[in-house]
Amino acid sequence: MKGNEAIAEAAIQAGCRHYFGYPITPQTEVAAYMAKRMPKIGGCFLQAESEIAAINMVYGVASAGHRVMTSSSSPGISLKGEGLSYMAGANLPALVVNVQRGGPGLGGIQPSQSDYNQATRGGAHGDFHLLVLAPASVQEMADLTMLGFDLADKYRMTAMILADGTMGQMMEPVEIHPREIPECDKSWALTGTKMKREHNIINSLSMDPYDLERMNVERYERYAAVERDEVRYEAYRMDDAEICVVAFGIAARVAKNAINEARGQGVKVGLIRPVTLWPFPKAPLLAAAEKCERFITVELNMGQMVDDVRLAIECRRPVDTCNRTGGVIPSAAEVYSAIMGAQKGGAAK
Amino acid sequence: MSVVFKKPHALTDAVLHYCPGCTHGIVHRLVAEAIDELGIEGRTIGVAPVGCAVFAYDYFTCDMAEAAHGRAPAVATGLKRADPSNIVFTYQGDGDLASIGTAETVHAAARNENITVIFINNAIYGMTGGQMAPTSLPGQVTQTSPYGRDVNHCGYPVRVCEMLATLDGPEYLERVAVNSVKNVRAAKKAIRKAFQNQIEGKGFSLVEVISSCPTNWGMSPVKALEWIDEKMIPYYPLGVYKDRSAGREEAK
Amino acid sequence: MTHSYLIAGFGGQGLLFAGKFLVYKGMLEGKEVSWLPSYGPAMRGGTANCSVIVSDEPVGSPIVDHPDVLMVMNLPSLDKYEDAVVPGGTIFVDSTLIERKVRRTDVNVCYVPATRLAAESGMTTLANMILTGKILKVLGEYDQAGVDEALRHVVSARHPEMFDFNQKALALGRDYE
Repeated sequence: MKGNEAIAEAAIQAGCRHYFGYPITPQTEVAAYMAKRMPKIGGCFLQAESEIAAINMVYGVASAGHRVMTSSSSPGISLKGEGLSYMAGANLPALVVNVQRGGPGLGGIQPSQSDYNQATRGGAHGDFHLLVLAPASVQEMADLTMLGFDLADKYRMTAMILADGTMGQMMEPVEIHPREIPECDKSWALTGTKMKREHNIINSLSMDPYDLERMNVERYERYAAVERDEVRYEAYRMDDAEICVVAFGIAARVAKNAINEARGQGVKVGLIRPVTLWPFPKAPLLAAAEKCERFITVELNMGQMVDDVRLAIECRRPVDTCNRTGGVIPSAAEVYSAIMGAQKGGAAK
Repeated sequence: MSVVFKKPHALTDAVLHYCPGCTHGIVHRLVAEAIDELGIEGRTIGVAPVGCAVFAYDYFTCDMAEAAHGRAPAVATGLKRADPSNIVFTYQGDGDLASIGTAETVHAAARNENITVIFINNAIYGMTGGQMAPTSLPGQVTQTSPYGRDVNHCGYPVRVCEMLATLDGPEYLERVAVNSVKNVRAAKKAIRKAFQNQIEGKGFSLVEVISSCPTNWGMSPVKALEWIDEKMIPYYPLGVYKDRSAGREEAK
Repeated sequence: MTHSYLIAGFGGQGLLFAGKFLVYKGMLEGKEVSWLPSYGPAMRGGTANCSVIVSDEPVGSPIVDHPDVLMVMNLPSLDKYEDAVVPGGTIFVDSTLIERKVRRTDVNVCYVPATRLAAESGMTTLANMILTGKILKVLGEYDQAGVDEALRHVVSARHPEMFDFNQKALALGRDYE
């Protein structure tokens, strides 16, 4: 199954019955899959007139208290930024998928991770975060999609799957099982008053700055709980590591090959792979800085996550980046060279 | 003593923030009366716009969502698709519906989305202080057309009902005004029909309400109502622009 | 044991399909697998390739930089990927479409006039599977039950008649000397 299809099927198994989207490479398989499946299970697939309309349709379904998603690729995500901000302001849960391609602008259609900063900083105006999940296999495309819906409901925030063209297009074996949807209080939803309660209002507007401040502070208290309880990462061959590679998604897959090769040469190198990009796995990185003398990020961008690694380890160790951009994927050989360079104590960038 | 006039149940007790002489209050009341008469308050969800009616969510007793500027028809689409048994309406001004949200309007109409759209056309941006709207008349003086709207420079007004009437999708399009008792009665009838159509599953129903903005037009409320007759209605003729069911019934 | 395949040529030659067949065959045998396509913006006629990994170990990077099996169906692909093949690897060349010989001397080479064989047997669209049949034979992995089972998973339900054609094409490749 392709990664994009795994996302779509997992969403359905997670109880999502509404999908809105607009065609854009390389995520169109999500829409195509939904277009086929939704009518057969009583769900709703609707091709919107724009990414902007799509995210606002998501806003509508989320307001009604149902699980809902949209998917797009980088330029389309920029258009969705408006809706993401409004949904944060209105505390609406939903799942948004970004199968990244190279940018800026129209960019290219090859895999990229250059929306890292956009995704991990919220991606639009105002004080808010998205809960950002970064799959590194087709199985994780499915698993993190299901998890994303659960966490979105739990914290009343939008979760984002930050994948790349490789993850979307590749096929790997995958198992998707229906699963129980956790109970969740949605008494805030617009379901009609039935003349039995006061009217509910879904809104992101507040004319009183003290009110708005109070709401933002409340939101960040929820974010603090997310940072405390929902950090996810994978540590690979880190037990005795002296060099720590940090990479997510496809970059982590490439890095593993390089690490295994370097290990064959006796180099003590390991990988920390953030599965949640926000919240970022700061604590495990800081702990790694006790033993690891050098850090290397591997990224499909000009070096965006490298700043977060420096912050996480409080600049205690040099952090290099091994990166390619524009849709080019760093090769295992390039990563291997970066590891060997760091091992020789070459100058940090 | 019998009560002969009272506030509709579908309106809250909140004090409206609209300017003296503004016709938003009339239209709010007409919408609320229609909701009351059709007995749908408990299953109605309204979508407020960005513009003067941005606080509409405080004025109606039904569930309400506040949409981003121009996106109300998309939000309403989501709400309606989430639960088609609910009655979903948007309440939008001319900047919201006919400028920044044109795409959402046109495509909701093209899909014959089963929602009700109340469109307030007062030929100006009220909330931001009187700038030129997509529906400002040729020659009309506004803050951003201080020498009068020059059609050679910034083009012509958009006639929404006429434009949407070219589509096969929409069920019902009517333009009304609220500047006289007679016109208010006709507006009431159109708004009620637009909700009734949705109850019957007929599809996209839009009522364009020619309204006044005394504050930003720089006129007394009475003079503003006269200006509707003198200037607005000649450019925006009242009437039914589409009524597919009526057409089908005639054909029988 | 790991096989990493790079299958390259023009879009429309069925390269991705051939890769999908190999990956399903591996998966159904209980192997770890990955399949990664790469193509230009055009649906047909542009360059296309796909990386396939079939392994006993979990697959790390799904990107094949250095294949041990390269299957090429046009000259630009041979030019581009010939040097990437690991020493001792095998290059499978559609010799109907590629006139030149492989220059490397440290790899094995199989020339199969797949496009001509396909045309002669009335299966013009199945040169890809003729080459694939040859690959399985050379790797010692051609077992009829496994081939049939994989075909059942990849041949579209809308075109059941293609099952027999694919089966024939694979056999044609297997038997070509």
